[in-house]
Amino acid sequence: MVEICIIYDKVRFEEKALYDKALEKGLKAQMVDAKTITVSTDSKKSDLALGDVIMQRSVSHYRGLYLTACLEFLDYPVINKFNVAETCGNKLVTSLVLAKSGIPTPRTQFAFSADSAMDVILKTGLPLVLKPIVGSWGRGVFPLRDEETANMIVEMREENDSPLARIYYVQEMIDRPPRDVRCIVVGDRLVTAIYRYSAENEWRTNVARGGKAELAPITKELEDLALRAAKAVGGGIVGVDLMEDKAKGLVVHEVNNTVEFRGAASVSVADIPGAMVDYAVSIARK
Amino acid sequence: MKTKVECQECGADISIPEDAVVGEIVTCPDCGGDYEIATKANEKVELKPAETVGEDWGQ
Repeated sequence: MVEICIIYDKVRFEEKALYDKALEKGLKAQMVDAKTITVSTDSKKSDLALGDVIMQRSVSHYRGLYLTACLEFLDYPVINKFNVAETCGNKLVTSLVLAKSGIPTPRTQFAFSADSAMDVILKTGLPLVLKPIVGSWGRGVFPLRDEETANMIVEMREENDSPLARIYYVQEMIDRPPRDVRCIVVGDRLVTAIYRYSAENEWRTNVARGGKAELAPITKELEDLALRAAKAVGGGIVGVDLMEDKAKGLVVHEVNNTVEFRGAASVSVADIPGAMVDYAVSIARK
Repeated sequence: MKTKVECQECGADISIPEDAVVGEIVTCPDCGGDYEIATKANEKVELKPAETVGEDWGQ
């Protein structure tokens, strides 16, 4: 019997849903707190007893990423793989991978100093969007609508202690309806797609920001793009986020590697955790 | 019956939902302090202060 190990640092709706689903399917399952695991260069797989396949669900990107590196060192199959987590956890790398794979994505410029960031911003013209390259739930994502605001925000970033704050990710502002599309891809299957609407007085669409979810129709184009984007970052279980550009059509702007699906589960008839658990079993049997 | 645990900050009662599991975060209704459920056995629940949300958290 396959044993699934769900690694968490904070138990959310998603981790409970995965655990319950695994038990419901008659599998063995365990939940392990990432904060309690230690690994050494001498460690053996059998020292940890983490089952046959690991679902890495840490909320902290770096904790999940480097713990996954350690678990892969011990030959555990981990969903998602280190390489996938590394790509998806960094918006700059994701944009490069998407563009390289010919997947429509918002035009994004990268600058490596405040001066060059301001040059790019003024040359391109406003409005634009400045995003941190790591971090999410829409935090630190700022619309730049006038030069004064742009100057202020770039200055703020300069004063930030994190070296990552000095990497500037400047994206075109997509002319879109007040929603985006979140696709949940599991392996080579698009399990469900939802629209995420911005909350009132909020331009970002993250459910974590109070955004509302609604079922989105799965068109051939949406399915094709979501699956291609998932494949481009290395596959596994991912959330592909798209926007509907009024001129260019669908563009992929982000791929999430520890996908939250509470919003999607509240409107979708698809068995999202069921699809994820089945996929984990298929990986364990490989 | 709902389990109640005293908030370590302000002393208010924090209700622990019956289906809560270890690792879940509960919030004090009075002071807003966040706690992680450290252990849970029957009606006995122990809390520890939750980790602060980091810059790299979320999807």
